[in-house]
Amino acid sequence: MVATPEPGTGRPGRRMAGELEAEVLAALWAASRPLAPADVHAELGAGVAYTTVTTILHRLHRKGLVDRRRSGRGYAYAPVADEATHTAQAMHALLRRGHDRAAVLARFLSDLSPADERMLQDLLRQAEER
Amino acid sequence: MRIIVYVPFAATLIVALLATAVSRRLPPRIATWWLAVAGVGAAAASSAALALLAFTAVGQLAPVAAEGHWSVPALRARDPVLTPVGFASVMILVAAAAALLITAWRRLGALAEARRLCRSVRSESELVIVDEPTLHAFAIPGGTGRVVVSSGMLRSLDGAERRALLAHERSHLRHRHHWFLSALWLAAAVNPLLYPVFRAAVFTIERWADEDAAETVQDRRLVARALGKAALASRPPPAAVLFLAAHHVPRRMQAMLAGPPPGRRVIILAVSAVLLAVTCLSLLEAAHDTERLFESARHTYQALHGQ
Repeated sequence: MVATPEPGTGRPGRRMAGELEAEVLAALWAASRPLAPADVHAELGAGVAYTTVTTILHRLHRKGLVDRRRSGRGYAYAPVADEATHTAQAMHALLRRGHDRAAVLARFLSDLSPADERMLQDLLRQAEER
Repeated sequence: MRIIVYVPFAATLIVALLATAVSRRLPPRIATWWLAVAGVGAAAASSAALALLAFTAVGQLAPVAAEGHWSVPALRARDPVLTPVGFASVMILVAAAAALLITAWRRLGALAEARRLCRSVRSESELVIVDEPTLHAFAIPGGTGRVVVSSGMLRSLDGAERRALLAHERSHLRHRHHWFLSALWLAAAVNPLLYPVFRAAVFTIERWADEDAAETVQDRRLVARALGKAALASRPPPAAVLFLAAHHVPRRMQAMLAGPPPGRRVIILAVSAVLLAVTCLSLLEAAHDTERLFESARHTYQALHGQ
């Protein structure tokens, strides 16, 4: 019997189906052109089987979240801008709305002063040293 | 009563002063819990102290005294609380109650709106992508919640960095960070001295999510890099969003580059325990003193009215 892994709790490296789907979708949006399953697979890095990637792409296509067209012997996939964009804009507006922002806020970023920016560039250099 | 009733106000000040140190020294998850418990506790304790101070003033009003069968002159003679302090407490208490109600109403409205928006996304996918060149990424609670990321943000990061970003936002949803923020926002509405505690929690929940992201991708430098790249790419900052601390990103990167947070926290936790005990005992003692005061005023009343 396999226990369902709890995300983020001592389960480094492995991904849940939902997380992978989000990553695949993000990779397609980040690309400037339609991607073949092999490209997506390369973007996700180690730890994901190629067949898993094709399964996810197929599922995303069935859900109407991605578009696919023939490319050579296989398919190339591109993201579809759906009605969610409109809602997401409303969410963003809610987030920006005055003092109630903190109700929903959980931002990846806050804002930078020029001094922060210089410091940030130094830190980024440190983070990029390998 | 003369001094002891003011102890919760001193404790509130200490909590507000400790907030920044706690947010930087304790591991983020523990720090967030500390801030939430201490902030809400301080708001409650200072309100209780205000209520005690206010009660002695209200008790001196003739109709109230008649109803309670106690002697106003006796109360006034023995009351250690100066009358202006008592009436100022009444006004502050009323203002705090109004602020609490209004803030809670607005906050619930915003959360309900967030939930409605989350539900209105038809796709069951947790990730919602907005096709916009501007860089933004946030988590919005409601049901299981959604992670909203702009396509511009996704384009500015590589595959591994995108994974760190998604893990960060997912952590906010999974640990329901908005409840911590809501609780502390209300505490600050009741007692504005506690605003620094709210600010500190805004920082610690971001650090908490960063730590979760680092655990997911098993690479602290990667999280630092994702933060730095996204922050630099999103310049200049939109003027409308200067509300939250501007210094967070560099400090978060430093924390990521510095290695896992230390576990040392004995001193802060010991100080907190003492603070909590002293505050609770003071409140009990002050309540007891107030009771005795009214008791003796009631005896005077009974003696005068020949009962």
